[in-house]
Amino acid sequence: MEFFLISMLNGVTYGLLLFMLSSGLTLIFSMMGVLNFAHASFYMLGAYFAYQISVKIGFWPALVIAPLAVGAIGMLVERYGLRKVHKYGHVPELLFTFGLAYLIEEAVHLIWGRSAVDYRVPAELSGSLFKIYGTAFPEYRGFMMLVSVLMLVSLYLVLTRTRIGLVIQAALTHPDTVEALGHNVPRVFMLVFGGGCALAGLAGVIGGNALVTEPGMALSLGAIMFVVVVLGGLGSLAGAFIASLLIGLLQTFAVGFDGSLGRLFAPLGISFPSGTFLGELWGLTISSAAPVLPYVLMVLMLIFRPRGLLGTRDV
Amino acid sequence: MLEVSDLHAFYGKSHILHGVNLTVGDGECVSLLGRNGVGRSTTIKAVMGMVDAKGSVKFKGEEIGGLKAYQVAHKGLGYVPENRDIFPTLTVHQNLLLGMKGTKQSGRWSMDDMFRLFPRLQEREHTAAGVLSGGEQQMLTLCRTLMGDPDLVMIDEPTEGLAPKIVELLRELFIEINRRGVSILLVEQKLAIALEISQRLYVMGHGQIVFEGTPEDLRANAAIRKEWLEV
Repeated sequence: MEFFLISMLNGVTYGLLLFMLSSGLTLIFSMMGVLNFAHASFYMLGAYFAYQISVKIGFWPALVIAPLAVGAIGMLVERYGLRKVHKYGHVPELLFTFGLAYLIEEAVHLIWGRSAVDYRVPAELSGSLFKIYGTAFPEYRGFMMLVSVLMLVSLYLVLTRTRIGLVIQAALTHPDTVEALGHNVPRVFMLVFGGGCALAGLAGVIGGNALVTEPGMALSLGAIMFVVVVLGGLGSLAGAFIASLLIGLLQTFAVGFDGSLGRLFAPLGISFPSGTFLGELWGLTISSAAPVLPYVLMVLMLIFRPRGLLGTRDV
Repeated sequence: MLEVSDLHAFYGKSHILHGVNLTVGDGECVSLLGRNGVGRSTTIKAVMGMVDAKGSVKFKGEEIGGLKAYQVAHKGLGYVPENRDIFPTLTVHQNLLLGMKGTKQSGRWSMDDMFRLFPRLQEREHTAAGVLSGGEQQMLTLCRTLMGDPDLVMIDEPTEGLAPKIVELLRELFIEINRRGVSILLVEQKLAIALEISQRLYVMGHGQIVFEGTPEDLRANAAIRKEWLEV
C-alpha cells in the first residue's frame, strides 16, 4: 500500500513534468508540421539558466526568469531560423532542429563544462511534506506537482478562453484561412514556438534539480518525450496528457517492482535453466527492464495503432 | 476599388495565370466565370496574397501586391474560401468571433445580423461547426468573413454542391451584401445566378480573361458561352 501510494505520487509528478515538455512539442508539431528535435534542449537550457540564476540571485527569481529567457530564445530561433528554412519544406526544417540540438549541447559544454552542475532543490523546499507509513514524500515533489497543475490549468484557459487561444486552435488545422481573415499567423507561430520552449524551460527549472542537470539530460529526456508524443498521437494535446501520465506511472512503478517472468510463471511450473537465453529473460526483473519499457510500448503502439491513442493522422 | 493588371501566378514551375486584367468598382457585383482549372480561384488567391504572383494589384488606389494575406485582409479585402473551410472543432460562435479583426465589432455587420439572415446559425450557435450540414457551413464561412467588415468580398464557388433552397438563401445574402455597399467578386460555375446578380462578368480560359461584359452581352454571345462555359 505504501509502495503503491508513493509510486503513484512520484509517477504523477514525473508524468506531469513529461507533459510540460510534450505539450509544447505537440502544439508546435500540430501547427507547423515540424517535430522539433531541439525541444528537449530547451528543457536543458531551462535547467542550466535556473542553476546560474539561483547561484547569483536565488531559486525564486530563476523560476520566473529562466522560462522567459528560454521562451525568448525560442522566439528568436523561430523568427530568424525556422521561418527562413520553412519555404524549403519539412525535411530541411527537421534537419535544422536536429542541428540546433547539437549546437545547444555544445554551447552547454563550453559554458558549463561536461559534468553535472550542482543545481539543488532550494532549502525552503527540501523538507518532507508528509509521511505515509513512515515513507516521506518530499516537499519539492509536491511543489513540482503544484507548478505542473497550475501550468496545465493556465494552458487550458489560454487555449479555450482567450482570443489568441481561438486563433491558435484554428491555425492548428487551417493556417491559411485564419491568415486570410486578418490574423497575423506568422506571429502566432512565433508565439507558439516561444511558448512551447518556455514550457520546456519551466520543466527544466523544476526538473533539473529534482533529477540531474548535466549535458546529457536533453538526450535522455528527449527520447522519452518522443515516446510520449508517439504514444499519445502526434498532434493531440489530450493524447499527450494521457501518455505522459502513463509513461510517468509505468516507469515509476516498474523501477520499484522486482518481480520477473520467472516468478510469475513459477507456480505453473514453467522455468528455464539460467545461462540459456530464455533463462536470462525469465530471470530479468521488471525493475532492471524499467528503462526499456517505454520503448517497448512505443514499438507495440507503432505496430498496432500507428496513429497513437488519440492521434488523427498516421505517423 | 480593385484593379488587377497583368497578374501572373505560379505553382512551383507551372505557370497558372498569364496576365490577368480585371477591375471591380465601388459597390459593384462582378462575377468571374469559367470551367474548373482555368485559374479563377488562383486569381482571387493571388489578389489575397495567398499564392506567389507577379503583376499589379491595386486596392482603393493603393498597391497591395506582395503584401501578406493578413495585411491584405486589414486593407478591407475579404476572402471566402471554397470547400466550406470552417474551423470544425470550434463552435459556430467562435468561428464568427475569429472573423472579427479586433475584439470589438463596429462596422456594417453584427452577429445579430448574421443570425437574422440565417436563423439556423443561431440555433446552432454553441455547436461544433464540424457537425453542421454543408449548406450551414457555407453560410458560416460567408458570415465569418463578413464579420471582418470587408469593403470588397471575394467569394469562391459558394453554391457548389448545395441544394436549390440554400442557393436561393445565398443569392439573397449576396443582394444584401451589395445593398450595404460592399463590392463582390464572385467566382461561380452556375451561369444562372451569376447572370442574375452581377453587374459585370468576366469569363476566364487558360489563365487569361477571354470575355468581359454585362449579363446582356454574355446572354447575346452564344459563341463565348459555348467555347468557354458550357460542358
